[in-house]
Amino acid sequence: MAADFKTAQPVEYYRKFLEKDVRPDGRELGEIRPTMINIGSISTAEGSALVKLGNTTVLCGVKAEVTNPKSEEPDKGIIVPNVDLPALCSPRFRPGPPSEQAQVVSQFMVEVIQNSGCIDPKDLCIKAGKHVWVLYCDLVCLDYDGNVTDACVLALMAALKNVSLPKVTLNEESGNLETHMQEKWGLNILCQPVATTFAIFDDCIVFADPTDEEENLATGKVTIVTTEEDKICFVHKPGGSPLSDDKLQNCLQRSFIRAREARNLVETTLVNVDR
Amino acid sequence: MPAHRSTMGSKFRTRSSSPMELRPMLSEVSVLSRSDGSASFSQGDCCALAAVYGPGEVKVAKELSDKASVEVVFKMKVGLPGCKEKIQERILRNTCETAIAATLYPRTAIDIVIQEMHNSGSFLATCINCVCMAMLDACVDMKYLVAAVTCGLNSEGELILDPTLEQESDLTALMIFAYESSNFEVIATYTTGSFTSDQFQICLIHCREASKHIFQFFRDTMARKLSK
Repeated sequence: MAADFKTAQPVEYYRKFLEKDVRPDGRELGEIRPTMINIGSISTAEGSALVKLGNTTVLCGVKAEVTNPKSEEPDKGIIVPNVDLPALCSPRFRPGPPSEQAQVVSQFMVEVIQNSGCIDPKDLCIKAGKHVWVLYCDLVCLDYDGNVTDACVLALMAALKNVSLPKVTLNEESGNLETHMQEKWGLNILCQPVATTFAIFDDCIVFADPTDEEENLATGKVTIVTTEEDKICFVHKPGGSPLSDDKLQNCLQRSFIRAREARNLVETTLVNVDR
Repeated sequence: MPAHRSTMGSKFRTRSSSPMELRPMLSEVSVLSRSDGSASFSQGDCCALAAVYGPGEVKVAKELSDKASVEVVFKMKVGLPGCKEKIQERILRNTCETAIAATLYPRTAIDIVIQEMHNSGSFLATCINCVCMAMLDACVDMKYLVAAVTCGLNSEGELILDPTLEQESDLTALMIFAYESSNFEVIATYTTGSFTSDQFQICLIHCREASKHIFQFFRDTMARKLSK
């Protein structure tokens, strides 16, 4: 009976639940799905992490290469995040060139790294003007059940914390690069941004961490990225229902709490990872 | 239809005077003859041109049975749009979708094209304002008007409203807010740089005040157009 009601009138079905301040999957409005992280799951990558946010699964692998720096920034390394939403993860995506959403999430990752300043690109310099590291961060969504942005940011940061690079020096005489495989170093991560997404339902009810189903019914979305010491580094609301100041403030406060939890989770997982 | 031109009075700064005022606005509506509505809008040296086609025929694949499908294309001055433009295009599209009373036009398409004319800082906000003028000119039913304001914070934490490109380069944070005209609530936000929650609140409030000037400007422009 409930299944019929849900299929026929999904919005009304949600409304009935939200009247009682609960969601059909049993979560409260501000509750985030159980989060699971596995760090260092890909042995062939320089750094990797698998994040599960409820059913949403994102895998991040970081590959490092040595390249020539851009001429305008000779002493800065390059970080290239790329989000792939393959046809595998959801019926909404078709095989072929990256969808608009994949491009938007990729750009989102670029801006999160830039805005938060979590990595100093100068750390990735081997020899200014000649050789720098480039980190290709490939994020693949394996299961799309809503809120990929949060899962992607978490996976990206966890994988970057896991990166271990060999020491590379430039032999001044021969001009060749020498790799010291025994001497490994990790990146100096200055802060850890965490994203929290909220969906707006019926122009007034705000709830955290929407599933795919909820995203489809939502009339608006807002993503807030925060770093340590309650700094905000990205507030992204691409249109949708208008939001009053106090609701926005509630979202900010909620995202600060979520960010602390997520950071603790990453820290405890990292301690158990054998590098 | 003749083009209608209007400018905003002298109380607005002419480039880099007070940091707490908007740059002078200038707008011309019905500039294009083939579109259902068009507008060019400039804030200081920043200028955009928008055309609205529709509600009109819709491709079968994009047809929605309960509302109009809103399509927004952002054209740059040179080059092809990259990922950065995609994120801006999405903000523009979702903002338009929210503002247009799309349920009044089921099974139709509303196409909006925005052409960059000159970018001299706070460009996304100029685009949003330009689109709103074009939609007004096209007489598309809207739930409310939309106005966007950019503000920045410099290293001392001082607020600069509607920064130019030179000012933008030495800001630590930049925020763009789009407001609706009925309760002045936030429809869209886009930020760069990092800031605290208090700074965010202050910018939100200041931009809201500034947006009221833009709404007044919209009203004046339309009044002038209709009185002729």
